[in-house]
Amino acid sequence: MGRYVLRRLLQLIPVFIGTTFIIYALVWAVPGDPFAGKCGERSCPPSYVAEMTARYHLDEPLIVQYFKYLGQLFTGNFGETYAGVQIGDLIANAYPTTVRLAVVALLIEGVIGVAAGILTGLRGKGFLDSLVLISTLFLISLPVFVTGFVLKVWLGTELGLIKTSVGSDPSIGELLVPGFVLGSLSMAYVARLTRTSLMENKRADYVRTATAKGLKQNRVVGVHLLRNSLIPVVTFLGTDLGALMGGAIVTEGVFNIRGIGGLVYKAILTKEGMTVTGIVTLLVLVYLLMNLLVDVLYAVLDPRIRYD
Amino acid sequence: MTEPTASSPTTEDTQAPPAPEQAAPAGSYSAGTSARPAEAEKPRGLWGDAWHDLVRRPMFLVASVIILVLLAMVAFPQLFTSVDPNHADLLKSREGPSAEAWFGYDLQGRDIFSRTVHGARASVIVGLLATLGTVLIGSVVGILSGYYGGWVDNLLSRFSEIFLGLPFVLGAIVILTTFNSPQEIPSGTRVIMQVVTSIAVLSWPIAMRIMRSAAIAAKQQDYVKAARALGATPRRIILRHMLPNCLAPVLVYATIALGGFIGAEATLSYLGLGLKFPVVSWGVMISDSREFIQASPHLLLFPAGFLVVTVLAFVMLGDAVRDALDPKQK
Amino acid sequence: MRKRRLAACLAVPLAVSLLATGCGGGDSGPPADTVTVEWGEPENPLVPGNTTEANGSNVMDALFAGLVKYSPDDASVHNEMAESITPSPDHRLYTIKIKPGWTFHDGTPVTAESFVKAWNYTAYGPNGQQGGSFFEQVKGYDELNPEEPGAVPRTKELSGLKVVDPTTFTVELKTPLTIFPTMLGYGPFYPLPERFFADPKGFEQHPIGNGPFKFESRTPNESLTVSRYDAFRGPDKPKVPKVQFKVYDELDTAYEDLVSGNLDFIRQVPVSALAGGIWHTDLGRGAQEKPGLLTQNIAFPLYDKRFQNPDLRKAISMAIDRPTITRQIFAGSRTPADGWVAPSVDGYVPNQCGEYCTYNPRKAKELLAKAGGFQGTLQIISNGDGGHAEWSEAVASSIRQTLGIDVRFTPTPTFSEFRRQANAREFSGMFRTGWIADYPSIESFLTQLYRTGASSNDYEYSNPAFDAALDRANAAPSIPEANRRYAEAEKILAQDMPVIPLWSQPVQAGLSERLADAKATPFRKLDLTSVTLKPQHP
Repeated sequence: MGRYVLRRLLQLIPVFIGTTFIIYALVWAVPGDPFAGKCGERSCPPSYVAEMTARYHLDEPLIVQYFKYLGQLFTGNFGETYAGVQIGDLIANAYPTTVRLAVVALLIEGVIGVAAGILTGLRGKGFLDSLVLISTLFLISLPVFVTGFVLKVWLGTELGLIKTSVGSDPSIGELLVPGFVLGSLSMAYVARLTRTSLMENKRADYVRTATAKGLKQNRVVGVHLLRNSLIPVVTFLGTDLGALMGGAIVTEGVFNIRGIGGLVYKAILTKEGMTVTGIVTLLVLVYLLMNLLVDVLYAVLDPRIRYD
Repeated sequence: MTEPTASSPTTEDTQAPPAPEQAAPAGSYSAGTSARPAEAEKPRGLWGDAWHDLVRRPMFLVASVIILVLLAMVAFPQLFTSVDPNHADLLKSREGPSAEAWFGYDLQGRDIFSRTVHGARASVIVGLLATLGTVLIGSVVGILSGYYGGWVDNLLSRFSEIFLGLPFVLGAIVILTTFNSPQEIPSGTRVIMQVVTSIAVLSWPIAMRIMRSAAIAAKQQDYVKAARALGATPRRIILRHMLPNCLAPVLVYATIALGGFIGAEATLSYLGLGLKFPVVSWGVMISDSREFIQASPHLLLFPAGFLVVTVLAFVMLGDAVRDALDPKQK
Repeated sequence: MRKRRLAACLAVPLAVSLLATGCGGGDSGPPADTVTVEWGEPENPLVPGNTTEANGSNVMDALFAGLVKYSPDDASVHNEMAESITPSPDHRLYTIKIKPGWTFHDGTPVTAESFVKAWNYTAYGPNGQQGGSFFEQVKGYDELNPEEPGAVPRTKELSGLKVVDPTTFTVELKTPLTIFPTMLGYGPFYPLPERFFADPKGFEQHPIGNGPFKFESRTPNESLTVSRYDAFRGPDKPKVPKVQFKVYDELDTAYEDLVSGNLDFIRQVPVSALAGGIWHTDLGRGAQEKPGLLTQNIAFPLYDKRFQNPDLRKAISMAIDRPTITRQIFAGSRTPADGWVAPSVDGYVPNQCGEYCTYNPRKAKELLAKAGGFQGTLQIISNGDGGHAEWSEAVASSIRQTLGIDVRFTPTPTFSEFRRQANAREFSGMFRTGWIADYPSIESFLTQLYRTGASSNDYEYSNPAFDAALDRANAAPSIPEANRRYAEAEKILAQDMPVIPLWSQPVQAGLSERLADAKATPFRKLDLTSVTLKPQHP
């Protein structure tokens, strides 16, 4: 197992380099000239364009640009945006907010999803089952900006229960509703997954044995059934954290959360290659580490799985 | 990513071999799975059984009816409406439902009912094709990765992680913009294929991880070891033994992904990418309604309603099929 | 068991580190003495000579005071730092005297040299300042901006600028320009302290100006705070202790914040609140509207053979039902254009466009037939990320249904791609153009847009008669006479129709209940000196 982990950590490096290069190249490939749109509705003076192009090495071939950027990156310098702002500062401000939001979303989707799944999985098909099924489906099929907008207007403007946007450096409380919105799609999946898993394992022999042995129902469910059924759920939640961090663009827009989702989106549109690559690099790192953790966890929880 | 069926730690001997063609006569198997007594003289096999089971489930029937109606809308929109979905009469802008326009008019003065009917085509096609693409690519890569293990698994997993790390928006923008030269106007079909491609290219790793986990767990099962001991080729093992068992979690994912992909198309429209005039889709309609959710809710309600019902139907169908296929659910 | 322990060893530190970065935080919003204003992240460093877009401009206008100021009510021009601006009889040489005793926020005095050095820096090509082209008219500009790429100018100073004494300097222009004093309130003309020239890069992190507010702090992509400068010498004194500019990516979110009391001022009202007049119900007295200096047009790529017949262009213009579109798409919050300049600008003459800007299906079809029809698809091109989709589609429908030609709205994915195609003269159809006047003069809507070879003449319009009319107006003996002559030049555009005027936009702003007053200028910026808080209850 230890050797496996080590091997995986080493393999991180080529994946990391591969991904960052692809991202850098993708931003470079987005059509447009980053300085064409800087001066409002007029074209920028040629001297301005020339100066900026030279300063950011944009006239050199892609490979050269990429390696210069990589070199900078390894000294911890994330570079600066075309507006002269230090990208490192931008990331340091936005990242903790996004992490907080993602963790809140994960907890909400985990708790509500698993609870709903347990309720319906144990009881089997019935009214509650259909109810949960339909409400999870609503959450899946409605686009995030609709759910977000509706909740924001209803809870915020009409009922005044929440603030309609979160401030800078938001607290966990302020992030509850945005977290719910962000995690709504995954919550549906978690609920269904838990339900399916429970329904299968309910008929398993060891459950029958445990009940036959005279164990209390609570113990049968809590100790034996749940532990086995939740394995796939836990592994899903593990990988979802990475996805949540990278994908919160719309939610951040609706609630004005100053996180990396909006930062990446704007940077893509204005072709700020260094900003996009810098942020996505960190995201990729987190994602890869979480994947590794999940794979290890999976092997630990399910003794039948071997990696050698 | 998830492995719902394979993780149950039942003792393998009590589990009925899920690949009936292999060993015992199919008759004994079908007697175990279907509740019908020896009415079935001719052995039906797994798929025959599943079908027999399915047509008796109300959920399946309801879902099938909805989907058939939907497919009719996709293929023959003229059956449902004769109004041109792109004819705009600005004077009727945002009028509510009335006798002549059942769903009212949108901001440009176009008939919403007509647009919803015509929009089914783009939305359903995008959803179906994207799901198909994702599941096909993901399953193939995942099952190979899970079965062979070793360096094949490593290579394929790392490769998939590269795609997982890419932000969806970035990939979508590049695919949707670089392959269209600025001068020409891309045709509707071309844009649809590009939207499908960008969704599939960026989502297949998820299907791959699900399939891979299921395959890894299935590989450890005794029946696979038995098959290998009997000398079955990898192809036979994968296709005949592992695949039917690994299908269930992917099916769960696929039916939910379908809804998610139709929604992803809506998000792409919201961000200004994706489908454009004259192609109409529910995603386009929903994102167009964004500014008027409070002032004219009917702009949102009808396409969103159709979207929800469609997703519901597909998921119900998926549930029913999975239940019918999975012997453990009986 | 070993596996479990190993997993725990991995999981716990990872989880803890993730949570540690995530935990904490939580502030309760800005204090009661801070006024919060909706804003967007500036696209350029915070240097006045390098700032020509709205967000950076808003901050620059708070931190700096120029020679003249534009009144927030009607954009009329008043002297601010200037004591007098005296033209020579031929309006080519200006003697500018500034008021003594003004200081920058770091205490250093503002002198004539502060202006001249700043202007030289901005006009010097290799400094790459966006506002450089505003000094085109000044003698010596060409030497500072050589044509050949890579050539280094031999001097760093404009020969037309001379410091006479600490409070006087002269400006010599290449050709007469009577309305020159009107331009002097715009950003690139602000003075700069010595601190800037010593360390331009450091200045970007902490700008120092001579205006009513001074820079406090900034969190990039989040907010920027300014505080009252008590030693400000101008007539309009700052009235609130602090103002915080908050970055919003979505205008709707900012509006919701305003309505729920989370935000104090918004510079534009989103379409979702305009529909049905919702914003008046929500804001009551806080809903503010005044005529603006913003126009929206559609231009023809005159470098494309298909669009070179003026009858075709006029036909298309007459096929657009402006009143219905503004009523239905904008809830009536746009005014159909009847000319190429905004109605509230100094020098506006009504109905310059005449019948060509009036919806007339019959006449439009006649003109189209006269021009020989239009083959193929007519594109209307705009940037997809700017909120122009709705009206572009409406305009496309209007033309399509009136003239029967295939019209399509084709968005480009990003604004920068849109501008790139504009600069490269690559448009294959009609394209959106919009303009906000830089200074309150009819000339601001004409020269930069329609003169041969002008910086924003993306459509390659060239008419020597029009240029000559502009020259005549530039050299007029007085500003009213200049305005009259500019209006005559505008009439020429009606015959050529290089650009179809669509509508002008009022400035609609929103105030929260905390504010007693706050004025948006006709340039759609907030005049910070007009902001007053209602008395707070102790």
